[in-house]
Amino acid sequence: MKAPDFRYARPGSLAEAYALLAEHGDAAVPLAGGQSLMPALNMRLSAPELVVDIGALTALRGIALDGNAVRIGALARHAEVLRSPIVAEHLPLIAEAMPHVGHVAIRNRGTFGGSIAHADPAAELPACTVALGARIVLGSAAGTREIAAADFYTGLFETARRTDELVLEIRIPSRPEGEVCAFLELSRRHGDYALAGVAAVARFEDGRMRDGRFVYFGCTDRPKPAERVLRATLDGPPDPDALSTAVAEDVDPADSPGLRAATKAHLAAVLTRRALSVLQQRRAT
Amino acid sequence: MSAAGSSETGGHAIDIETIVNGSAVRVRVKARQHLADFLRDELMLTGTRLGCEHGVCGACSVLIDGEVVRGCLMLAAQADGRRVDTIEGLAQSGALSALQAAFAERNAAQCGYCTAGMLLTAHALLAESVPLSRAEIRAFLSGNFCRCTGYQAIVDAVEAVLMARHGRTPPE
Repeated sequence: MKAPDFRYARPGSLAEAYALLAEHGDAAVPLAGGQSLMPALNMRLSAPELVVDIGALTALRGIALDGNAVRIGALARHAEVLRSPIVAEHLPLIAEAMPHVGHVAIRNRGTFGGSIAHADPAAELPACTVALGARIVLGSAAGTREIAAADFYTGLFETARRTDELVLEIRIPSRPEGEVCAFLELSRRHGDYALAGVAAVARFEDGRMRDGRFVYFGCTDRPKPAERVLRATLDGPPDPDALSTAVAEDVDPADSPGLRAATKAHLAAVLTRRALSVLQQRRAT
Repeated sequence: MSAAGSSETGGHAIDIETIVNGSAVRVRVKARQHLADFLRDELMLTGTRLGCEHGVCGACSVLIDGEVVRGCLMLAAQADGRRVDTIEGLAQSGALSALQAAFAERNAAQCGYCTAGMLLTAHALLAESVPLSRAEIRAFLSGNFCRCTGYQAIVDAVEAVLMARHGRTPPE
């Protein structure tokens, strides 16, 4: 299990990187933290002609509070996000998710932008970006553009990023006053890929949930915001059967090797009930 | 410190400068060679093991700029400008002495294949400088697989060192 032969380039500027990606198209692949690309190369699931190591692009690093939004650079390491006081204060959902991202060795190399661009259905961060209404900033030789996280994840390991584009940063609005969050994940062992997960935010008024977002991952092919679950929970504690039905319809799982659709729906419902309980507890404090 | 060949085409081999266990290394590496293979095959530092080569087993653990990483998930080329420390260097420096003694005392190594990775990960755990519960120790080590010991003795050893650091006595 060794990587196939490829050429390696390490551009020193965004312009250089864009030029390489534009020139080589599908034959080139960007390398950030390598925690997803390297397994693919080592197992020969990926065989690019050119690996473009973007690790020298310091403009893509950093975590900053910018007005009413937190900006997380694409090359911010998971370990940095986990330790960030800005994230702890302004993005508690992400702070809660980070310990679930791999293990310490993975977090020391893996990057926020890499996780977003790779769009693993079992990944934690794509679901968080959808739950938080984040915007993904993409750049290429043709310029930069922004896309809402809700529109970014288009399928299994598929995103709206063109092959000549790089994720530059992720912008996440600061949370409204009184919003609470819950992040839950089920896996066979700590650090394993999620079998099912939910990233949730909610706002309460007079003891009742007034709005929120529930986003499922792990049991879905991409982050799935749950409209029926939200409707079932607004304005009062939901009927348990109605909630289970809403979860099953929103998640709409398919059978996969080792996990049946019915099991996925069940796990998602378990997590939903736990998430609601956590949100209620946090509202009260 | 840039890729051999122009940046327009990239190279199949790259000149790098790195520091391995405190010594400067200037060498040309194959683009596709990962760091663990480079350390083992080119520098003869065979203490770093290969287990899965896709990042889940932890046998390939090394330190980059003082932080534990998977050696199989880094290209050798990415070590350019970085400091690399392997089990050999860390053991020689004495940084692992307390852990090694605890492992020996508690029979935490059988075949020894996972041990380098376990020690490096435990070293990172101790560096976090917070007392952890046994469950938290297990979670921290859960990215390192052992096929021999059943893990209990490894957790015992790490717990013993951690508690000693925080002035407490481990359970018998």
